[in-house]
Amino acid sequence: MATPNIPLWEVFIRSRNGLAHKHVGSLHATDATLALQAARDIYTRRGEGLSIWVVPSNAITASDPSEKGMMFEPAESKIYRHPTFYDVPEEVGHM
Amino acid sequence: MYTQALNSSEGEDRPLEDAERAAQFQARIDAEERIEPNDWMPAAYRKTLTRQISQHAHSEIVGMLPEGNWITRAPSLRRKAALLAKVQDECGHGLYLYAAAETLGSSREELVDLMLAGKAKYSSIFNYPTLTWADIGTIGWLVDGAAIMNQIPLCRCSYGPYARAMIRVCKEESFHQRQGFEIMLMLCRGTAEQKAMAQDALNRWWWPVLMMFGPPDQASQHSDTSTRWKIKRFSNDELRQKFVDATVPQAQFLGLTIPDPGMKQNENGNWEYSAIDWDEFKQVLAGNGPCNRERLAARRKAHEDGAWVREAAMAYAEKRKQRAALQAAE
Repeated sequence: MATPNIPLWEVFIRSRNGLAHKHVGSLHATDATLALQAARDIYTRRGEGLSIWVVPSNAITASDPSEKGMMFEPAESKIYRHPTFYDVPEEVGHM
Repeated sequence: MYTQALNSSEGEDRPLEDAERAAQFQARIDAEERIEPNDWMPAAYRKTLTRQISQHAHSEIVGMLPEGNWITRAPSLRRKAALLAKVQDECGHGLYLYAAAETLGSSREELVDLMLAGKAKYSSIFNYPTLTWADIGTIGWLVDGAAIMNQIPLCRCSYGPYARAMIRVCKEESFHQRQGFEIMLMLCRGTAEQKAMAQDALNRWWWPVLMMFGPPDQASQHSDTSTRWKIKRFSNDELRQKFVDATVPQAQFLGLTIPDPGMKQNENGNWEYSAIDWDEFKQVLAGNGPCNRERLAARRKAHEDGAWVREAAMAYAEKRKQRAALQAAE
């Protein structure tokens, strides 16, 4: 008999206070409580974190890599959004 | 984001792949870009990686067995704690790798079932027995040492999830090798009997460890395309030579003799080893090694004995979901 599929979760860990939670990987668990415990055992055996988030993988909506041009190209031409676009005379000093 | 559903059915059954897409794909590889799960990839790339990553995962899981054999008999609490932590790491490595393999579209359950059915391979090395405590030292020193040699280049593999899993694995693997070497050092500095035990373990593990790097370059069936796709960065023989060159001085430091009387150092400083018995390797891969049957039987038993836990956890989650739905309706 084939082994039944157990839901997939994505794991996010905050490594230090003041930092954002960062995606570290995924795991299988039947519910959120078990997912948190499994995340602790799999991803924080060496003090990697202070806080864990687990999110059901199917709750994540991802952008389509084949449409990354449409998504991200509009920003590429807008160099005036960066501070280096603007000239400040040297005499003015650091701004 | 790495769900199976996003990666379904592409490739395999398509008769002709878009040549233009394949060329674009190779151009990305050549430019050292990383390929991510939902990017287009040739079916053969997906297949090769699924095979390699899942075999790698199975190896980590089966690799827990020879060492687990010694947890209750470790000679001190310090050794026992370290061995427990190491075996737990191997389990973690297996899980990172199954997760990486799943991003290619096969579920962990399917992959595990293939292994349990004897249809998927795992590293030949884990089909050898751990007869004495010195075997635990030798496994850490040589088997994990060889694994590190093999895995460091995989941290730069073209497939993103595999490369990221390998970075984590390599960080943790270094403790494994060092604790193994420390066990060997203690034995070699101990009584004559302890030193003899260390030498005996080295004698039994040396050749199987060299075989871990896979068949010689002229006979390796997967190397060419894997190199072109930058899954593989060094050939089997190159890695094997690097390992031998790194290991010989360590054995000398321990005062142990490598069981290869014909071994000599050439003018480039490389240690030339004698011919490897590839028939033994083929036999072990074909299922006829000293422990193949025992390993598979142990994995099957663990899987079957755990079935009620999986079922209970699923039933509990289902019950909670239904209760929540009822409460919401009230």
